[in-house]
Amino acid sequence: MVESTDVVLRLSGITKRFGPLLANDAISLDLHRGEVLALLGENGAGKTTLMNILFGHYVADEGSIEAFGETLPPRSPKAALARGIGMVHQHFTLADNLTVLDNVMLGTEPLWRIRSQRAAARARLAELSETFGLVVDPDTRIADLSVGERQRVEILKALYRDARILILDEPTAVLTPQETEALFATLQRLVGRGLAIIFISHKLHEVMAVSGRVVVLRQGKLVAERRTAETNRHELAELMVGRPIPEPKVEAIPLGPVALSLNAVALAGEGRARLQDVSLALHGNEIVGIAGVSGNGQSALADLISGIVQPTGGALSLFGQEIQYFDPARMVAYGVARIPEDRHAVGVVGDLSLEENLISARYREAPFSRRGLIDWKAARDFATRIIADYDVRCPGPQAATRLLSGGNMQKLILGREMALSPRIILANQPTRGLDIGAVGYVHQQLLKARGKGAGILLISEDLDELLALSDRIVVMHRGRMSMPMARSDVTIRHLGLMMAGHGFAGEADAA
Amino acid sequence: MRLEPRIEAASSIWVVAPLVAVAASFVVAAVLALAGGASPLSVFAAVIKGAAGTQFAFLETLTRATPLIFTGLAAAVAFRAKLWNIGGEAQLYAGAIMTIVLGTGALPLPAPVLIPMIMAAAMLAGALLLLGPTFLKTRFGVDEVVTTLLLNFVMVLFVSMLLDGALKDPMGLGWPQSKKVIEAAQLPKLIHGKRLHLGFVIAIGAALIVWFINARTTFGYEMRAVGFNPRAARFAGIPVNRVMAKTALLSGGLAALAGVSEVAGLKGNLTLDLSPGFGYTGIVVAMLAVLHPVGVIAAAIFVAAMFVGADAMSRTVGVPNYIANVMVATALLTMVTAMLFTRFRLKLR
Repeated sequence: MVESTDVVLRLSGITKRFGPLLANDAISLDLHRGEVLALLGENGAGKTTLMNILFGHYVADEGSIEAFGETLPPRSPKAALARGIGMVHQHFTLADNLTVLDNVMLGTEPLWRIRSQRAAARARLAELSETFGLVVDPDTRIADLSVGERQRVEILKALYRDARILILDEPTAVLTPQETEALFATLQRLVGRGLAIIFISHKLHEVMAVSGRVVVLRQGKLVAERRTAETNRHELAELMVGRPIPEPKVEAIPLGPVALSLNAVALAGEGRARLQDVSLALHGNEIVGIAGVSGNGQSALADLISGIVQPTGGALSLFGQEIQYFDPARMVAYGVARIPEDRHAVGVVGDLSLEENLISARYREAPFSRRGLIDWKAARDFATRIIADYDVRCPGPQAATRLLSGGNMQKLILGREMALSPRIILANQPTRGLDIGAVGYVHQQLLKARGKGAGILLISEDLDELLALSDRIVVMHRGRMSMPMARSDVTIRHLGLMMAGHGFAGEADAA
Repeated sequence: MRLEPRIEAASSIWVVAPLVAVAASFVVAAVLALAGGASPLSVFAAVIKGAAGTQFAFLETLTRATPLIFTGLAAAVAFRAKLWNIGGEAQLYAGAIMTIVLGTGALPLPAPVLIPMIMAAAMLAGALLLLGPTFLKTRFGVDEVVTTLLLNFVMVLFVSMLLDGALKDPMGLGWPQSKKVIEAAQLPKLIHGKRLHLGFVIAIGAALIVWFINARTTFGYEMRAVGFNPRAARFAGIPVNRVMAKTALLSGGLAALAGVSEVAGLKGNLTLDLSPGFGYTGIVVAMLAVLHPVGVIAAAIFVAAMFVGADAMSRTVGVPNYIANVMVATALLTMVTAMLFTRFRLKLR
């Protein structure tokens, strides 16, 4: 990558306090023309605050921002846009029921004009698409686009407004590996044309792949700046967390007996089947990773094993015993621990206290209740123990659970589920949205349970995670499941192809 | 001006909010009093005197509060589990019907046996009346607000039919009213010669029992979990539909006791004007009490005091007693708004 010296954006001494919390502490950085600058940091490190200040959503307590040599007035998103700063949010800001062209034009036209500039806009959009290789049909409705295509529209939207500085907030969170590669190629083309890009992420391999320079934020401070070529993932991870990170060690241990077996399981859905002909044998002492683009049957599988839904075909057996009647409490009784995908909506009842949530699967039995009366002292003792053992940071066992951070909420759920001494663990996206420290903790706990004999189904969209932890990996596509593959036999590239449907019955030639 | 979420609610709000609610209702009432051509102070004085100024007035307030405690508890129990029981009125009449069916001589039993039997039968009737809408809700997703609300009208018409047929008092000179309950079925008066009856004590007892259920039993825990987040509750293994059904039984049963209490404690017979909307006012009581069973007692007494006091006031000062409706409504709105501030704070900028 060619780095030119002209600075397009300069942040000097940006400081922002929220009460006692120092969200940004005297951050200074320069962005150059034609470079991808990665902004790396854990959740809560201050990345989002910094970008919100840049965009005028927040006002910095101290410091100033210059774009193209001119000071940017505070509290003015309009000024940021006018100076050519564009942002692609993690959660897209597109109107689903409008076409691509409408979305791109939205907000760029004056309110009172009789004739719309559609023809000119269409030509402009076609030209941008051509120049930057961002192919989308301008007349398709957003609702009919894939996630990768929607992101392209977001980028086009920014380019249409003459963005010369593009900020991408966790842009790969929703993409398949192939879509991610395509995005990276696009970014290289953009910087080749002189744009400057800030790439916000906490995924190290992406930062290594796409950026020319990395700045690391930790607890509001800019702690390091590196040329990407002169650093490595390990160093960046340590800088980001502030202490050495142990890689998860997966020891080879002999397989236990079959814990969970699925035999040609089917689950009908509205329209397309949610699961079709899914077969799998999960052993004790084993982690089976389930890869797939979200929405391809993973949640159906999770619902099934959680006892929420009844299969419409095939059989599910636990320890050789076929389950006839599916019910969450019964699954718990069989020793199935369940870590749900959506912590807030399903994992806990936010308005109940920590102790109330911790007993939610076991409140009917001693010591938590006797003859219908709850023993709150036993609940409190249990909660105090879990909070200590799993290092849940909270005001106390009687605090409302919704006050916890994502990582602490997940620790709470882990503590609750692991306390059951489970023989089968269903972990659905257990580390999504967690910072590196918490991710490592969750991984450790899963491996510990594996060592104790549990069979673990790990559903994840993070392929690195699957490759690091799984003994075997299967891929799900449109409700079907591939044959299991030993971890040593698969690569990210291979998984990516399978996630797009290669190798599945009836769609061998798809994509 | 905007709302920001609070980390933790200030506990003082539980004391401040009700006081502010009462104060707000008096401020609004003052405006209305002026509009009615009377001095606000004389109106307040008359309301307070009429509600609690004499032994008679105070006992009258408690008598009026009794059915409101029952219907308030019924709403509080159901709403906590997010079961929107608007059918307190119908369940009250179901209880009243059972009181007449069993209490007018069909069962010649002594009071200590007969009264509990009537209560049990009434609770069963009220419970079953709410079980239907609850089943439709959990099974087919039918909105229980609509079904329970409409059942109120069905029930009033049913009572009207009974009073012109099966339950009509042959000695009633043609009036649509039932026979009087026999002496053994009457709830004894608490003070000889006054109207306040045993129903009030039973209502207080019911509130304490509901409090105990909420705080200490697995059922109370289940109701809370289901009310806050049914999806998470179901995922955890709480039998959501069964909890809903049990909640319905308790709620319907409590509302039916209001009917027993009014017929067996006060009126003696069943007429079509047995309830001036106690079922609906119970909802107001429950909301004013933030669904807390002990709060229901206080809220019911407050609401009863406003109505009883306003009646007396309209006789002496001449301002219409509708002012009571406004005061209760203002208190309710203030309370609901105040509850918002337990979770949010107002940020001026």
